Amino acid sequence: MDEILVIAEHRQGILRDITHEMLFKADQLRKSTSCAVTVLLIGGLDETTLKELSRRADKVLLLEQESLKNFNPDSYKETIFRLIQERQPFMTLIGHTSWGMGYAPALSVKTGYPFATDCIDILVENRRPLVIRQMYGGKVFSKVSFKESKGYILTVRPGAFPPPESVEDRHGEILPLPIPADLPRPRSTFLELVDTGAGELDITQADLLVSIGRGVGDEENIATVKGLADLMGGTLACSRPIVDKNWLPKFRQVGTSGKSVRPKVYLALGISGAFQHIAGISGAGTVIAVNKDRKAPIFRVADFGVVEDLFKVLEAMKEKLAK
Amino acid sequence: MNIVVCVKRVPLTQEVDLEIDSTGKDIKKEPLAYVINDWDHYAIEEAVLLQEKFGGTVTAITIGNEEDEEVLRRALAMGAAKAIRIDPGDLSLDGFVISRLLWAAVKDLPFELVLTGVQANDDNCGMVGVMLAEHLGVAHTAVVTGVEVDGKEAELQIELEGGIEEKSNIELPALLTIQTGINVPRYVSIMGIRKARKKPLEVIKVSELGLPSEDLTPRTMIQEIYLPPDTEGAEMIEGNPSTVAEEIIRILTEKGVNV
Repeated sequence: MDEILVIAEHRQGILRDITHEMLFKADQLRKSTSCAVTVLLIGGLDETTLKELSRRADKVLLLEQESLKNFNPDSYKETIFRLIQERQPFMTLIGHTSWGMGYAPALSVKTGYPFATDCIDILVENRRPLVIRQMYGGKVFSKVSFKESKGYILTVRPGAFPPPESVEDRHGEILPLPIPADLPRPRSTFLELVDTGAGELDITQADLLVSIGRGVGDEENIATVKGLADLMGGTLACSRPIVDKNWLPKFRQVGTSGKSVRPKVYLALGISGAFQHIAGISGAGTVIAVNKDRKAPIFRVADFGVVEDLFKVLEAMKEKLAK
Repeated sequence: MNIVVCVKRVPLTQEVDLEIDSTGKDIKKEPLAYVINDWDHYAIEEAVLLQEKFGGTVTAITIGNEEDEEVLRRALAMGAAKAIRIDPGDLSLDGFVISRLLWAAVKDLPFELVLTGVQANDDNCGMVGVMLAEHLGVAHTAVVTGVEVDGKEAELQIELEGGIEEKSNIELPALLTIQTGINVPRYVSIMGIRKARKKPLEVIKVSELGLPSEDLTPRTMIQEIYLPPDTEGAEMIEGNPSTVAEEIIRILTEKGVNV
């Protein structure tokens, strides 16, 4: 049990938060297991970012080549596979992001290592990991153990661990690696990134967001909520299912794949609170949630909660405001 | 264009109080209604749309008992040509075992695309599709929100975090995990689902797949499941709607929102 390997995720020259979050957990595990923390950076970043990574790991492995600049599921899988074979890390941490989900499961097959996804906590007991995950959209937690193996691969939920603000400099060694000569040709090609969140209005600027989720029921009901939002000078927003149904445009979507918002008050109506949604409201001043389901995960992060039919609350608010 | 689409029937758990069963490793399923996994619903629609455009055959496949055939019949009613159910009997399943079972059933089928949902509503794992791709030796991409097939390749839209989308080309055959919202799944009536009974549905027992015991051994085990503590979280506002409304307005004003 010697090494925890963290796969850095970056986009357009910038490290993603998930990289810092995984390094936070890796550092905790280093202290409890005496594993060294190694971070692998595929693609290459500027000096400052490299330095930042080296402060937080015992080693920074660098695989730098123009062809590896953009994420590619085959290139990541093949290069990490070779590295795992060579170094045999006890644990490999990958972000549970779109990109991570696109190659980590294949890597687990290729290595033959036991694999768990979307971990919100990682423990080590008797030289084996034990992870905490959520099931049923966050309503249930599970503790998962693994078959004995030389190594384990875990994907980590974005936002599950804090990015440490200041850390003791670990003066990690930066080690450029040769690009493996036998890499197969990737079967997919990156074309471009497109911003899909832009629209006629910027919900991140609103002081009050009145946000609806699946609980709104029917498309016709949206007008009623919009009416209340207008009455209060608030802005209408929504969770993913509403956009999936084409009931509201994408620029109103709050959450991981939409906007991260920071209103003074976020009024969540009929939103159950999938973690992807909750990740988008961590910057909100006050969260008030109205939901019929007392066990909805949104109540675990809201400041105030109401277990009630949202339309009853809505009508009552309209009446009060009209006075 | 031949497409295999992997689907799953899951319990509906929204707005339901879940209870832990006597094993401590699962929830009580008896009181729950079952539906098609959200993501898979979109995957079937995408497969059928591609079939309508390019011809070929859509095969829907699931792992489950006889009751789980409900999702296959829905897929058939939506336009799939045939369906396969792998009956796992009392085999313990994890993502790895599931991916091996699917591999054994899919490997001899003709296909240019295999579609799965990004994840399932029950275990929220999001691993089976891309594991299956590796077993099959085909290209793979997760969280796909757009597919344009052009000859031997496809242009994909991939949903990244923060409202950003990636465009990529992928060689076929490929496995894509499909994100919700990629299309609007067509409505099928109860009558349509009944009619779909006439379409072929093959049942395969695990023993017929010829897999070694290593493939049928889970690599992960749920030790226990638990409900989050009740005390956690929001300060609850009690009372009738009128009282609640008043309190919400008071909080809004207190937090500096002019209503």
